[in-house]
Amino acid sequence: MSVINKSAAQLNATILSNKRVGAYHQILLAIGDLASVCRPGNFVAISVGGDTSKMVLRRAFAISRITHGSASGGAMELIVAPHGSGSKWLCAQEEGVELDIVAPLGKAFGIPTSPVNALLVGGGYGSAPLFGLAEVLKARGCKVDMLLGASTGSKIYAPLEGKRSASTLKIFTEDGSMGEHGRVTAPIRELIAQGAVDVIYSCGPMSMLRAISDITEGTDVVHQCAVEEAMACGIGICMTCVLPVKNDDGSISMLRSCIDGPVMDGSLVAWDLVGKTPPVGPVGSVGIA
Amino acid sequence: MSTPTLDFSTTLGNAWFPAPIFTASGCASSGKELSQFFDLREIGAVVTKSVMNKARHGRATPRMAETPSGMLNSIGLQGPGIDQFLAQDVPWLLEKGARVIVSIAGETTDEYAMLARKIRSVQGISALEVNISCPNVENRGMVFACERDTAARAIDGVRKIIGGEIPIIAKLTPDVTDITSIAAAVVDAGADGLALINTVLGMVINLETMKPHLGGKTGGLSGPAIRPVAVRAIYQVHSAMPCVPILGMGGVASGRDALELILAGASGVSVGTASFGDPTAIPRIQRELAALLAAKGFSSVKDAIGYAHREESN
Repeated sequence: MSVINKSAAQLNATILSNKRVGAYHQILLAIGDLASVCRPGNFVAISVGGDTSKMVLRRAFAISRITHGSASGGAMELIVAPHGSGSKWLCAQEEGVELDIVAPLGKAFGIPTSPVNALLVGGGYGSAPLFGLAEVLKARGCKVDMLLGASTGSKIYAPLEGKRSASTLKIFTEDGSMGEHGRVTAPIRELIAQGAVDVIYSCGPMSMLRAISDITEGTDVVHQCAVEEAMACGIGICMTCVLPVKNDDGSISMLRSCIDGPVMDGSLVAWDLVGKTPPVGPVGSVGIA
Repeated sequence: MSTPTLDFSTTLGNAWFPAPIFTASGCASSGKELSQFFDLREIGAVVTKSVMNKARHGRATPRMAETPSGMLNSIGLQGPGIDQFLAQDVPWLLEKGARVIVSIAGETTDEYAMLARKIRSVQGISALEVNISCPNVENRGMVFACERDTAARAIDGVRKIIGGEIPIIAKLTPDVTDITSIAAAVVDAGADGLALINTVLGMVINLETMKPHLGGKTGGLSGPAIRPVAVRAIYQVHSAMPCVPILGMGGVASGRDALELILAGASGVSVGTASFGDPTAIPRIQRELAALLAAKGFSSVKDAIGYAHREESN
């Protein structure tokens, strides 16, 4: 990799709107010309808490959608779950507040050059970047099927305008409060067997990404997953967000999910070694070049 | 009264730098990542992530926990190994015109000497930081800087290889009873300068699992939370050995913080965790420091070094 995050910039972005949507907040930021270089799968790192905050690290969020050409120029949409102190602070910020952001960061989803059958799988607010992706895939002539899952109905993020970008949409909840009762991964094996899937794009909890990788193993289906690991910097300098990834020679590299991801080839992630210290392979296999 | 122009340069031993703010080892990888956000030539130097002889995966995840005004990390010296580092990363930095301080870490005294031998064969490096205090190792006994003897032996091994071509800077931990005694031991062994301080050993327990949160259980605490510890350590060591240059680091996030370390006795200041929260922190801190030095009436960085000690020296 010669240039890392070549389109990234740091800027103050004004909040255009901040709305509650179910369990989440939908936040729209004015980002001007930066909108033209953001791709589905990229993320943004946002400074939280204000100048006197005890929170020293940025928070990373997947870019949910990009809009162009409104009166205020380009805008970036984020879907934020108010979980921890940083995301709660962010969700409490009102229209007009300026946020210090760094974007676009990380590797985006790969877009096929010719039409394919794409299956988009989202867990919880992991569905957020999939709607923007669906629009891009549809514009390329792809068939776009979408599966969304969550523990309960209020945690399904599926905006009306987003639904239009998918050819089909199925919802699964673990408590049965919305859509079908069960896990979002349940129908995937059958869809693959029917030959209805060429590429799976997924975003959500690591357990879901791993389950999909297990299903696609041994098939011809490509699995592009957007991973989630705790990051301190988001720009490749802290080395905290590493994941074990298989090399051609069978050795393992600990790759940074911020710059070598967040979108990774699910078949190359050594899921059983996540959270472990794998043995070092041949010299030079440690992928931090 | 004329307005004097500020001399922003500084020195560490026989190495000269046009500006006094540096990256901190382990907080800038090898420089490429930050070069997207500012020109690496603008800052004093890039201090590279401590490199070991062989490639290393480091510790298991999770490797990070944010803490009040700081963070714990438990990386464990993940890196490509010295050969790949010298073949790829150093040439890239030099080609970009950055000044480079290479940081090395070893598991044994012999490994430090071997690393020094490989560094010696490379032209263009400004200084060598010998990290003898990384807290993220399996065995606390491997933290050379915890004892006078082991600290001195590691530096002595490097000194026998590097004969004065570039300054040797020993990086010390504040997690000792008397840091001035360790500092004196490494200076006696041949260190030209000192890097103060490494992270402070800490732990966070996760209340969901009710177990240590980090994969490596313990981690190094950094960020503004430890700045007073850094100021204290720099002040104590500068007081004991005023002629030994100090590269100060520990929680610097503004020009004001950098000046605090300089007044305590630092000749240069490294910025680490602040870059995680703000990729342009280093050039910003440089601008703030220059403005602050001028506002305080200093005509050079050198005049401010150790200025907080002036009453004792009268």
